[in-house]
Amino acid sequence: MTTGVRTSYREAIRSALREALQRDPRVFVMGEDVGRYGGCYAVTKGLLEEFGPERVRDTPLSESTFVGAGIGAAMNGMRPIVEIMTCNFSLLALDQIMNNAATVSHMSGGQFSVPLVIRMATGAGRQVAAQHSHSLEGWFAHVPGLKVVTPATLEDARGMLWTALEDPNPVLIFEHALLYNAEGELPADAGPVDIDTARVRREGRDVSIVTYGGSLPKALAAAEELAQAGVQAEVVDLRTLRPLDTGTIVASVTKTHRAVIVDEGWRSGSISAEVTARLVEHCFYELDAPVRRVCSAEVPTPYAKHMEDAALPQVADIVAATQDAVSTVA
Amino acid sequence: MPRHTEDHRLHLLREMLRIRRFEEKSAELYSAGKIRGFLHLYIGEEAVAAGVMQSLAPDDTVVATYREHGHAIARGVGMGPLMAEMYGKAEGASRGRGGSMHIFDAATRFVGGNAIVGGGLPLAVGYALADRLRGDARVTCCFFGEGAVAEGEFHESMNLAALWGLPVLFCCENNLYAMGTALQRSESETDLALKASAYGMPAWHVDGMDVEAVEAAAQRAVTTVRGGPGPVFLEMRTYRFRPHSMYDPELYRPKEEVAAWKERDPISTVQATLREQGALDNVALEKLEDEVAREVEAAVAFAEAATLESLDDLARFVYAEGAAE
Ligand SMILES: Cc1ncc(C[n+]2csc(CCOP(=O)(O)OP(=O)(O)O)c2C)c(N)n1
Repeated sequence: MTTGVRTSYREAIRSALREALQRDPRVFVMGEDVGRYGGCYAVTKGLLEEFGPERVRDTPLSESTFVGAGIGAAMNGMRPIVEIMTCNFSLLALDQIMNNAATVSHMSGGQFSVPLVIRMATGAGRQVAAQHSHSLEGWFAHVPGLKVVTPATLEDARGMLWTALEDPNPVLIFEHALLYNAEGELPADAGPVDIDTARVRREGRDVSIVTYGGSLPKALAAAEELAQAGVQAEVVDLRTLRPLDTGTIVASVTKTHRAVIVDEGWRSGSISAEVTARLVEHCFYELDAPVRRVCSAEVPTPYAKHMEDAALPQVADIVAATQDAVSTVA
Repeated sequence: MPRHTEDHRLHLLREMLRIRRFEEKSAELYSAGKIRGFLHLYIGEEAVAAGVMQSLAPDDTVVATYREHGHAIARGVGMGPLMAEMYGKAEGASRGRGGSMHIFDAATRFVGGNAIVGGGLPLAVGYALADRLRGDARVTCCFFGEGAVAEGEFHESMNLAALWGLPVLFCCENNLYAMGTALQRSESETDLALKASAYGMPAWHVDGMDVEAVEAAAQRAVTTVRGGPGPVFLEMRTYRFRPHSMYDPELYRPKEEVAAWKERDPISTVQATLREQGALDNVALEKLEDEVAREVEAAVAFAEAATLESLDDLARFVYAEGAAE
């Protein structure tokens, strides 16, 4: 354990927002209920009082236009941080994200760029049913022109925002809703971290568990359980879904020769499918077993607890898939 | 106040002619296979772009649609890069990546042809927001067709711009048809200025076939926006003489209607006024036409001589090159 300040994922993001607002006068925060209400997940709580209504802007329920306004303001020299309450509502802003943010640089022959950050909550697990439980980060990762990051640790929650703001491209930050309360120690001087590499979060020689975001704690718990059973699982945190750090994934699997991918998105056409394809393309002959995937069941996330639990990747599922992968004889 | 002197009237005529002749040439080159993709002509609507641009300062921002050759030319985007863009050449305004519908020009703050109906409005709100936050006195002028008025982005943007008191000039080009859908077949309230005024901003309509009326209205609107705070909505009642794009059999409107609107051709109207005043005769008109023709020919020559982007550069600009300033 690092020594430092006890904090939460939510507070880590808030202090990153505060620092950004302090450091750069071009930065402002905008979204639904980010001000007076304090943010639907209380991430922006207190920022209105500290920075005032010009820089912490409550917007009407107009996802398309406040995201588009963020794009326009970014093109016009500002550094907006737009909060969309949850990725479920980002669907109402999809036009602006895909047709403007992702295209303007290329379509203008490089004359304009969109240095915009969009934050949103993602993921299921709170019994809020289908329309509030989507995991859409894999979808957005499909789109050239965007960058997609999924902080899973306090360090990344604290450090990815500033790097994203310094990036001249639109960066989408997906914060898993179940992580906001996660607590731990963060060095008092924690600062920016890169947003283009994956990280090995736990070393192991027998099998690689590749995951990101809200599934990272589950993968680490599974690895712990597997260790009791004598299986040394390596856990790779993708951190960034676009650009995908193929090198780190391939290096891990080249060492362990087995891979299990854990993704809260649906299996078909998911980021787990993309990771699988890259392994096949880059280290096919290193694989001693078929790639296993633990994904969400292909249903709209149900409300009832037992059904929701069954629909989402769980520690037991990861353990079982990993046991299966290591027991396969090449 | 607009300068309705003869010289200025001649200038307006020239601007409209530049657009008309450029587009006639574009249609010809489309048939010849030199230009591909979608091509939406502005012919008939020239008074709108030519009139509105007179009221804007170089530092103002223009957000346009896919029917934007007129806006680009009147704004001062070079005809050469414009034509080269439609040729798909590297010397094109958007280096061949945009085509007719996506002309961008940072130098004139021309922030693109946007081909999603209504898609430019939120962007304009953001440009104006940035100016407001910095204390810059710019106006963002956003063009869109009356078809966009049915889109959610229109309503969200009108509301947000008015709510936050942002310096946007919303320029609605009402040419009565969204592709084949007539206004009364898509709007419960067809008085668009009335509709816009519900958002709490000054809104009125003007005869979009009369370039001087457009200019006067735009001057007044821009002065109001600059005086602030808040946006203005201008509805320009106009008509497109040509099909929606190059693939439109025009089943949705009677030929007589088109003929009646052509009687009100904004170019003929100004010419008639100038002739009446004795400020334009055949010799002068021929000279003007000749100068415009030469500019168009030079643009075609530029596009013909321009080069194709190297395929090694296919993926350039997907992400910004170099760090953010
Ligand atoms: C969101 C969206 N829906 C549909 C289209 C297809 N489309 C292209 S132009 C057009 C008509 C738009 O009419 P209007 O806004 O009045 O502009 P005009 O073409 O008359 O200049 C349509 C439906 C589109 N480009 N974008």
